[in-house]
Amino acid sequence: MLPLNRNTAHSSVAGDCLLWDIGKKVQLVYTGNMKYIDEFRDPTLARSLLARIAARSTRPVRLMEFCGGHTHAIMRYGLRNLLPPTVELRSGPGCPVCVTANADLDHAIALARVPGLILTTFGDMVRVPGSTQTLQDTRASGADVRMVYSTLDALQIARDNSSRPVVFLGVGFETTAPTIAAALLQAQAEELENFSVLSLHKLTPPATRAILDEGEVAVDGIIGPGHVTTIIGADAWRFLPEDYAVPVAIAGFEPLDILRAVADLVDMIEDGRPAVANTYARSVTRQGNPAALGVLSSVFAVGAAEWRGLGAVPASGLRIRDDFASHDAACLFDIDPGPTREHKGCLCGDVLRGTVVPPECPLFDTACTPAQPIGPCMVSAEGACAAYYQFGQEFE
Amino acid sequence: MSGDVILLAHGSGGKLGQDLVENLFLRHFDNPTLLKLDDSAVLPIPSPQCPAASTRLALTTDSYVVSPLFFPGGDIGKLAVCGTVNDLSMSGAMPLWLSAGFILEEGLLLAELERIVVSMAATAERAGVQIVTGDTKVVDRGSADRLFINTTGVGLVPPGIEIAGDRALPGDAVILSGTIGDHGMTIMTQREGLQFDSPLESDCAPLNGMVGGLLEAVPPGSIRCLRDPTRGGLATALNELAGRSGSGIQIDETAIPIRDEVRGACELLGLDPLYVANEGKLVAIVTPEAAEAALTSLHAHEFGQGAALIGRVTEAHAGRVVLRTALGARRVVDTLAGEQLPRIC
Repeated sequence: MLPLNRNTAHSSVAGDCLLWDIGKKVQLVYTGNMKYIDEFRDPTLARSLLARIAARSTRPVRLMEFCGGHTHAIMRYGLRNLLPPTVELRSGPGCPVCVTANADLDHAIALARVPGLILTTFGDMVRVPGSTQTLQDTRASGADVRMVYSTLDALQIARDNSSRPVVFLGVGFETTAPTIAAALLQAQAEELENFSVLSLHKLTPPATRAILDEGEVAVDGIIGPGHVTTIIGADAWRFLPEDYAVPVAIAGFEPLDILRAVADLVDMIEDGRPAVANTYARSVTRQGNPAALGVLSSVFAVGAAEWRGLGAVPASGLRIRDDFASHDAACLFDIDPGPTREHKGCLCGDVLRGTVVPPECPLFDTACTPAQPIGPCMVSAEGACAAYYQFGQEFE
Repeated sequence: MSGDVILLAHGSGGKLGQDLVENLFLRHFDNPTLLKLDDSAVLPIPSPQCPAASTRLALTTDSYVVSPLFFPGGDIGKLAVCGTVNDLSMSGAMPLWLSAGFILEEGLLLAELERIVVSMAATAERAGVQIVTGDTKVVDRGSADRLFINTTGVGLVPPGIEIAGDRALPGDAVILSGTIGDHGMTIMTQREGLQFDSPLESDCAPLNGMVGGLLEAVPPGSIRCLRDPTRGGLATALNELAGRSGSGIQIDETAIPIRDEVRGACELLGLDPLYVANEGKLVAIVTPEAAEAALTSLHAHEFGQGAALIGRVTEAHAGRVVLRTALGARRVVDTLAGEQLPRIC
């Protein structure tokens, strides 16, 4: 059982999920009255932060929110319309479902078609179109694809179906990867031989570096991912001010968290003093979560990864270490997913690099909608297109 | 390939499900009663003695496939009675009779079935309805998830009651009878093994008594629309009402009652409580003059103590629901394409 006090309950969501998964008892206990939500949505404080930003901002700046969760919160609370016109917010690549390359998705879909195999996955992945179909289509035509909310569920499915291979589709950033690592450790300890993981995990700092190196989009500051940084620590972002002279503010997911990060970024830009600001100190430390990082590195090794939009990025993925090869679906199953096809006209790659905003895509709200998505950014709850579609409609 | 087969998302109460209704069922079952798409069909009773008789019949049906079968605040049996009673109540009908159809999976424990049947009987008694006909089928293990229940309900709509989704008019008050998301998050946290200090409980309850009180408390014709925001949540119910009536609806985020535990669980899983299911709440669209009396009546009932005025029907943004956020921004609240899923990151 994991008791949380009321001040840390929400803020350490990422850490909780980790313990929630690693702990043998899947229990999460809140104490207190959880007033933290109202405190971080206080309209008076929001107005004073907005006034501070407006007073300080003298020149146009473009800030990139790395994380899709931030894009979602920004749209949900209408923050874009409240900020002064000098401050532009631009979505980045921080949606794990969205950055999964078509080739990897096809691999997963082909795995699901292996007779007898059970493919377990987080929910959003089932609706993302691969080259020719989605996992949901594959399931409807007979494959055993099961949606799980945690790797613990996947482990249980493996225990309950010991004669069938059970593969977990490992998609996510540093936030999610430790939970998958913990599941692999558990599988090894239990000698659960039918359980394996297809690891498509990705690391966030190398992707940020890739965007800045490409230089396609001018970014004056970065709103750093709060959940990821809870795991990796704020120091992991020091390369931004040091190598690129770009300030970063690590932010939580409440409106005041985001406004505070914007205010700090505007201050640093106006002062010409880029640094790492941690505006999510109730969850994020400089060093991160050593227990999670330990678990992570005992199971995964860093390797190259293919990103939708960014292509192959060196040292940006997590592959399963050889010690765990018997649980590595990439080694266990010889799969030919066939040729990869990209969706014509879909600008998800550009959206993920931040070079366009979703409504600039010709398919946005025409051929591509949440009901009939063409690209992953319209599918995932963390996808920029879905956030713009759901919350960004004009109504005047 | 999408479009050729039924997907799970067709059943989630979102746009895919709407497409199925509009492009398949309505096309083939085309008739004016069905076209109204209200929670119940309201039908005239032919009466040779009195052709002007204005008592009408209300008829509705629903199937229940919830997992787990038992959850805090209820079980599949209670849900099957309440859901159908509530669908009848939303047309202003007095629910009277129910049928119950059971699809049982081979291997289901008889003790579990009895517990569910006892719960159905108790709920029916509480709601003042009788289960007067039924059916049982048993299917091979694996062909159903332990137990599915279908209930059909019949009720009578008293003379003078005209409640339908298309009757909302600009200026009308939008009233919600209590906190949102309790049922959906109870089920979700049960599945997830999340626990809270003050445990979440489904709001599953028969609303006919409360609706009866409401109808008596206001002048005839003051209650224009009633909806129980079940699957798809408050956002979906309001979108249906805006769409049916051709008016806009504006709601105020800060006025919508939500339990702290529900909000916390939603935040943790990355879900929006506006789309989470309720099983014991209603949305009433009421003439502006009757709003206060309606609220007073709801507050006096045990299932309506948390009732609140959450918004207004507007002439502007016809067919759409607009939310004024706590920070003062305004945004459209749309129907979701499919089921809400917990975030990954």
